[in-house]
Amino acid sequence: MTPPGTDLLRLEGLRKYFPIRNVWKRRIGWLKAVDDVSLTVEKGEILGVVGESGCGKSTLGKTVMGIHPPTGGRIVFEGNDITDLKPHQSRDLRRDLQYTYQDPGASLDPRWKIGKSLDEPLVIHTGLGAAARRERVSDILSAVGLPESHLDLYPHEISGGQQRRVGLARILTLQPTLVVLDEPTSGLDVSVQATVLNLFLDLQKQFDLTYVFISHDLSVVRMICDRVAVMYLGKVVELGATERIFGAPRHPYTRSLLSAIPQIGKQRITESFWLEGEPPDPGNLPSGCRFRTRCPLAAPQCEGEVPPLVEHLPGHADACLFSDRAVPGA
Amino acid sequence: MDDLLTVSDLEVGFQTDRGLARVLDRVNFHAGRGEIVGLVGESGCGKTTLARAILGVLPENSARISAGVIDFDGRDLLAEDPQALATEVRGRQITFVPQDPFSSFNPVFTIGAQIEELMKWKSPESEPGAAGRFYPRARRRSDRARVLELLRTVQLPDPDGILKKYPHEVSGGQRQRLMIAMALLPEPQLIIADEPTTALDVTIQAQILKLLKRLATERGVSVLFTTHDLGTAYEICDRITVMYAGQEVESAPSDDFFAAPRHPYTKRLLESLPSREHGISGIPGQIPALIDPPAGCRFHPRCANASARCAAARPGVTQTGPAHRVRCHHPVDAAREAVP
Repeated sequence: MTPPGTDLLRLEGLRKYFPIRNVWKRRIGWLKAVDDVSLTVEKGEILGVVGESGCGKSTLGKTVMGIHPPTGGRIVFEGNDITDLKPHQSRDLRRDLQYTYQDPGASLDPRWKIGKSLDEPLVIHTGLGAAARRERVSDILSAVGLPESHLDLYPHEISGGQQRRVGLARILTLQPTLVVLDEPTSGLDVSVQATVLNLFLDLQKQFDLTYVFISHDLSVVRMICDRVAVMYLGKVVELGATERIFGAPRHPYTRSLLSAIPQIGKQRITESFWLEGEPPDPGNLPSGCRFRTRCPLAAPQCEGEVPPLVEHLPGHADACLFSDRAVPGA
Repeated sequence: MDDLLTVSDLEVGFQTDRGLARVLDRVNFHAGRGEIVGLVGESGCGKTTLARAILGVLPENSARISAGVIDFDGRDLLAEDPQALATEVRGRQITFVPQDPFSSFNPVFTIGAQIEELMKWKSPESEPGAAGRFYPRARRRSDRARVLELLRTVQLPDPDGILKKYPHEVSGGQRQRLMIAMALLPEPQLIIADEPTTALDVTIQAQILKLLKRLATERGVSVLFTTHDLGTAYEICDRITVMYAGQEVESAPSDDFFAAPRHPYTKRLLESLPSREHGISGIPGQIPALIDPPAGCRFHPRCANASARCAAARPGVTQTGPAHRVRCHHPVDAAREAVP
């Protein structure tokens, strides 16, 4: 077992490129969904991965899980390199490393009752008998706050928030150490979202879990994460403790992202938002810093080299050459 | 303010296999001229149904409008001839910005062709009803100039080029800008925007909100802005109406609304937003099924302030401030709540 505070998961220069093909299936380029990402996840923490659609945050989660084979780099989990494991070798690993899909309604089999969906991982990964499995399932079900009667329902008979609880119960039956939550609150109403978030926090304490929390919703990330990685077009542009990222963001992209969140009672973004333009085509990235085409601080130096992720302050890294400067107009 | 749109005691039900779902229960709503009104509520509260009822596009075979009046600029939209409304009001006086800019264009025609089709029927220069079958060359030319000017106004780069493109060739943010342009082209009095930024990223959402606010204010167009996100409503709306399970529960000017919510549901909804001050707190219970909704106030089974009266009688409207109306037997007392 890994003691708390040490690295549970370490990514070293992780890359995942997807080929872009023309109509004759000839490769005409690469879509760099995850490009040279290095970070660590400590035992017991919640690491938030935030960014807008297409920034590669889901691909990052799936590559860590082995759903996508990485193009380059290394994934080290509990001290073991798991980058190039064969499927049969990774089976034991799957128990410790789990992934929840964005849409639990779509990832539950519509023709299976909830009970059967919860039972399946135990059949695959453990040698438990039917009675022991049933006991484990009902324990987990009460942990996620669902009544026993739900075991006999089909996925379409329960609400979105409950489907999410089932999705979570399904992976917790295996008692994993690291859970990758991919957009766990998207599509939920705020009153339901709040109860689901509290559930995540309770379960984390109860089962001693570590989460990688992938989300585009910054206000949720701020509430529950210990550290945050901000991604833009496949790169981590800023990484640090949640209070630092939200209190004193340094990378101009992070600053623009934070100023775009509606905040009740604060200045309205319709009066203050300053970022123009849209992200460039991910298949045809600008040279150097990928944010330079929209960045108000952009200078000729930004076109040359890709700025590395550097710890300008202890525990707070950013990938910008001019992150000390103020953004004009902000 | 002189009201452009007044909805009074509107009742809409949907026929389902399990009975009639009472989706709108005597809803009252109004929008002033040039006002941006937010219609806020969680999924299933009836905000989209209300927006569609105003637009006159409820599904004919399942929706039943059993009572109520929708008064738009002096016309009763529920009593008038549907054909006349289709040519004179819908798409001309009242236009629509959809939630999903991805599926709202026809993928096999260029954007230019689709905007031209719109202008052929609904250009402000055209005669309602007479247009359509043929498109005079002079008007086609002036319409095109009008389109290009508006595409520049919504800050689309290269308006000429974009008209030649197919919908899949432009980004989501640009498609939503096009949708806003198309909603403005007929020079309407009211735009119904149904969750127009839900499908967009936050930075693009911020840009679109800024644009919509600026254009609506400049042109004096009223906007009915439905959203599930109170934060978005705060950004853009002059006044906010909250709906819960088919009833409107609170309506107030934006500043007053966020400073002192009076309905217990609204208050809990605001507290559900993740924020530093009060942590994370949800609302216990679930949204009721509309087939068999709770009697009286529909929120009473989940409400901490509920009394026997709440289950027995549907609360009337209480005026708690200038233009601040709340439908509750026990409205939250802002002054008393402030002192812990």
